[in-house]
Amino acid sequence: MCLGVPGKVEDIWETDGTRMAAVDFGGVRKEVCLAYVPDVTVGDYTIVHVGFALTKLDEKSALETLDLMRSVGILDEELNPTFDAR
Amino acid sequence: MPVKYLDEFNDPEAAQGILQDISRIVTKPWALMEVCGGQTHTIIRNGIDQLLPEGVELIHGPGCPVCVTPLETIDRALAIAQQPDVIFCSFGDMIRVPGSTTDLFGVKSNGGDVRIVYSPLDAVRIAQDNPDKQVVFFGIGFETTAPANAMTVKMAQQLGLPNFSLLVSHVLVPPAITAIMESPQRRVQGFLAAGHVCTVMGMGEYEPLVDRYGVPIVVTGFEPLDVLEGIRRTLLQLEEGRAELENAYPRAVQSVGNPAAQAVVREVFQTCDRAWRGIGVIPQSGWRLADEFAEYDAEERFSVTGIVTTESEMCRSGEVLQGLIKPNQCEAFGKECTPRNPLGAPMVSSEGACAAYYQFRRAAQPVA
Ligand code: SF4
Repeated sequence: MCLGVPGKVEDIWETDGTRMAAVDFGGVRKEVCLAYVPDVTVGDYTIVHVGFALTKLDEKSALETLDLMRSVGILDEELNPTFDAR
Repeated sequence: MPVKYLDEFNDPEAAQGILQDISRIVTKPWALMEVCGGQTHTIIRNGIDQLLPEGVELIHGPGCPVCVTPLETIDRALAIAQQPDVIFCSFGDMIRVPGSTTDLFGVKSNGGDVRIVYSPLDAVRIAQDNPDKQVVFFGIGFETTAPANAMTVKMAQQLGLPNFSLLVSHVLVPPAITAIMESPQRRVQGFLAAGHVCTVMGMGEYEPLVDRYGVPIVVTGFEPLDVLEGIRRTLLQLEEGRAELENAYPRAVQSVGNPAAQAVVREVFQTCDRAWRGIGVIPQSGWRLADEFAEYDAEERFSVTGIVTTESEMCRSGEVLQGLIKPNQCEAFGKECTPRNPLGAPMVSSEGACAAYYQFRRAAQPVA
């Protein structure tokens, strides 16, 4: 919950006046709010906390972090919380 | 489970390089605290504490928001979630945190409508889709989740959602550092500050702490190499007799933080005294909803009274959270207390120190 997960912005639109995006987290796509990163555009990588993008990140770092999070199992835990996660 | 070492790093050579540098630097024993629970997990998973030179100790800090959410707030959440016509939404980490008599999982098993959401935005959507229900989101966390939680209230206001409210229990890192440095039991000589907290808030709040207490504070990420680099820089400062604020995580932290997020957080929340579970009240260490947003405050909307809290007598989470003992020094660790059957919150959360030790250090003998 506390860890930010990097992802790539694939599509941007507005819902009720708020900038929203589809962000790809290494194969998992989620809807993310861009209200706090006005300069982020399609193709950028960003660190996302619980559905909100908080800062830009370079592609290389983003991909490395995603790899690492996947290999130790926290990617799935962060993105798909369920009742029987543990 | 065997403790995994260097080959667990994504770049073992880089790790080796930093570790060699650390061995060269260190001439004396030092005690550092990693504030963030995500960093604690990295340290225990990768055995970083065991790779450091003899005498360099890592003290695990209170940076697990799930762990420090006060018992009274958990009990309040449970009472609200049990009410008919309430949909209670929470981050997954909170579901098995023990309250005085049950947990959110228990409430759900008994027919309560408890839902795990990935984002607080999901809770707003649930409120839109269920106008005849009261939808409550359990807004906990450090400064990292605050911008998300704050935005839900703004959205509810803008969308005119009368059925959405937030049960808020936010905690803040800088006052916790102050409390640790003011404690008579203080042992910490340098801090690894939580990187993503600074992504939001920036670094400005830490400068006065460095000056007042003469401790190095190094903003650090949560990946293994980030943590090693944070440790290296902190030790270098200590050995050279410096106490400075440094940023060892520049790829995600700018010194000003995220001004847009800070603006919304400051509008929606106001600072308050906050009780930290197991630790006690730390002055001005929390955020609650500002008076202008009181109508979205679940505490006001659901008048839950008569909460009598009872904490497990065996649980020593307070000492764990203050770095006074390591989790495997608790008698109940791995016996009465396991992630399936937790006596205390640090055994539940993916950021809790007890859970990290259970996952990666169960075989290890308690260290006296
Ligand atoms: S091991 Fe369990 S009982 Fe012991 S301090 Fe940790 S959470 Fe509490």
